[in-house]
Amino acid sequence: MKKFALFFAAAVSIIAVSCKSDDDSTPEVTPVSVDLNFTHNWDGSNIENADFETTQYTNANGEELTLSKIVYLISDVTFTNSAGESFDAGDYNLVNVREEDNLTFTPGIQIPPGDYTVSFTFGFDDEDNIDAVYPDLNQTPEGSWGVPMMMGGGYHYMRLEGRFLDNTSTITGFQYHAIRANDQSTTPVTLQDTSIPVTLGQVTIGDNTTIEVKMNAAEWFKNPNQWDLNALPGMLMPNFAAQIMISENGASVFSLGAVTQ
Amino acid sequence: MRYLVVASILSSFLFFSCSEKDDGYTPTPVSLEIPQLFGQLLLPPTIPSDNPLTAEGIALGKKLFYDPILSADGTQACATCHDPQAAFSDTRKFSIGIDGIEGTRNSMPLFNLAWNSNQNFFWDGRANSLENQALEPVENPIEMHNTWGNATAELQATANYPELFSKAFGTDVITKSLVTKAIAQFEMTLISANSKFDKYLLGEATLTESESNGIAVFMDETRGDCFHCHGDPNSPLWTDNTFHNNGLDATITDLGLGGFSGDPREFGLFKSPSLRNLAYTAPYMHDGRFQTLDEVINHYSEGLVYSETIDPLMKKVSEGGVHLTEEDKADLKAFLLTLSEPGFRNNPDFQNPN
Repeated sequence: MKKFALFFAAAVSIIAVSCKSDDDSTPEVTPVSVDLNFTHNWDGSNIENADFETTQYTNANGEELTLSKIVYLISDVTFTNSAGESFDAGDYNLVNVREEDNLTFTPGIQIPPGDYTVSFTFGFDDEDNIDAVYPDLNQTPEGSWGVPMMMGGGYHYMRLEGRFLDNTSTITGFQYHAIRANDQSTTPVTLQDTSIPVTLGQVTIGDNTTIEVKMNAAEWFKNPNQWDLNALPGMLMPNFAAQIMISENGASVFSLGAVTQ
Repeated sequence: MRYLVVASILSSFLFFSCSEKDDGYTPTPVSLEIPQLFGQLLLPPTIPSDNPLTAEGIALGKKLFYDPILSADGTQACATCHDPQAAFSDTRKFSIGIDGIEGTRNSMPLFNLAWNSNQNFFWDGRANSLENQALEPVENPIEMHNTWGNATAELQATANYPELFSKAFGTDVITKSLVTKAIAQFEMTLISANSKFDKYLLGEATLTESESNGIAVFMDETRGDCFHCHGDPNSPLWTDNTFHNNGLDATITDLGLGGFSGDPREFGLFKSPSLRNLAYTAPYMHDGRFQTLDEVINHYSEGLVYSETIDPLMKKVSEGGVHLTEEDKADLKAFLLTLSEPGFRNNPDFQNPN
């Protein structure tokens, strides 16, 4: 990924220099960085630190639950202009909603101001999901973000955890962990990239742009797969079918929020 | 501008004077020897910018660590409750202070502390640096029951300590800040990364069939699922250095992290200890309630009990746990013991110099 980052940085520099030397009357284009601000809600109700363990939500399946943790990884924030040129720092950000860590992320790239389609990857795609290679993910404030090698290695995409009232009226923990789908019944393990490409939409990037990325956590349990926590409360990591369902549900989780200049 | 020139000259004189006065202060910088796996897989160690490691500071810290002079009656040192033979823990359930009073938590083992990038120390995380951690036991009424004023006066009155502080820190005026800095420096050198499993990862050892199955149980989300809190081969501290309620009690009496933070959502949460050197660190848990690893494994397998803050990672709590087979339990234990390092507790660099 770093190679791409260097390439794009170089490209930006060349563009900037070209603009200056080609036509002195054209104002110099100064590349800018862009901030992403991650916000979280449950069907429109903001999720803040105080909501964890306390605010009761009801999922699409009618189960009452509380959240204890939402930690997730995004990578490859990409800005694509109308000419099809893409700018991607190739870096990643681990968001911890409860601890309010990394809610703001500035990809390590500067781009010329203008109109862009903004996208990112939820989790790591296979190109980046390489076992053991990111020390800051091997040793996050939450501990290791890794996935056991028996499940294909690499890294978690998300750990969403909490408690729900099960069908025996018992408060039960759930662990909604998203990773690359893996089937250990085959040799070698069958792997399927279940990271989620997220396209936020078109944004005008100026000198000081902040893009709000909204996560509606209720969507993880809703669409297209209505999640039954009684049937699937946890142990999802080695469950190939569950990982496919998580990935499908994730397609509607993120959306573009406010863009401020 | 003239003032600037005068000030520059003046400050040059000041530096020169200091250097002349403290010409004995030439500490030798020390870099931690970073184990190969740590260097490959982990973040660099956390060394405070205001407490760089020096040979003199480490040596002084070791001397202080083993010196009972810090306690009110001169009978107990740090090492009394952090015994190198127990991987710098205490084989007793609770340590006993100078007045014969028992503490309420099991003494934590000490190793790989420079890799605690969360910088939270004690079972409840109430100290945000090693230096601050070392401040507490001296004045704790059920531990060393001293005052820092008394402790530093005692040190100041000795024949050798003022000179040792001078060599380590450039001043012979002994303060609690310098004492704890020196102890922290020594503690940061306590590195354990040469267990059988480390050697296995480096291709220098092989695991038995039982040990191999044990790591599989450890890493299997449907069986042990130990890795979410205790790390994995790519995160070889074998702890997440964060806090969990691991289902020990239905009623929380020791508030743990919540007692420090005041947040009811954190009542009964305690820091995950590292699984390294378990062979030497019994008894286990924050209150030393389990004498053996078998008891620990049985707890997670079928002894979990619900309380309001129990970690969702504790599975099948209503059934007591996931009910490992006896074979899986034995194998898990066999694997866990591969994380112990016999050479650590006998490392000559860590022994009593007094």
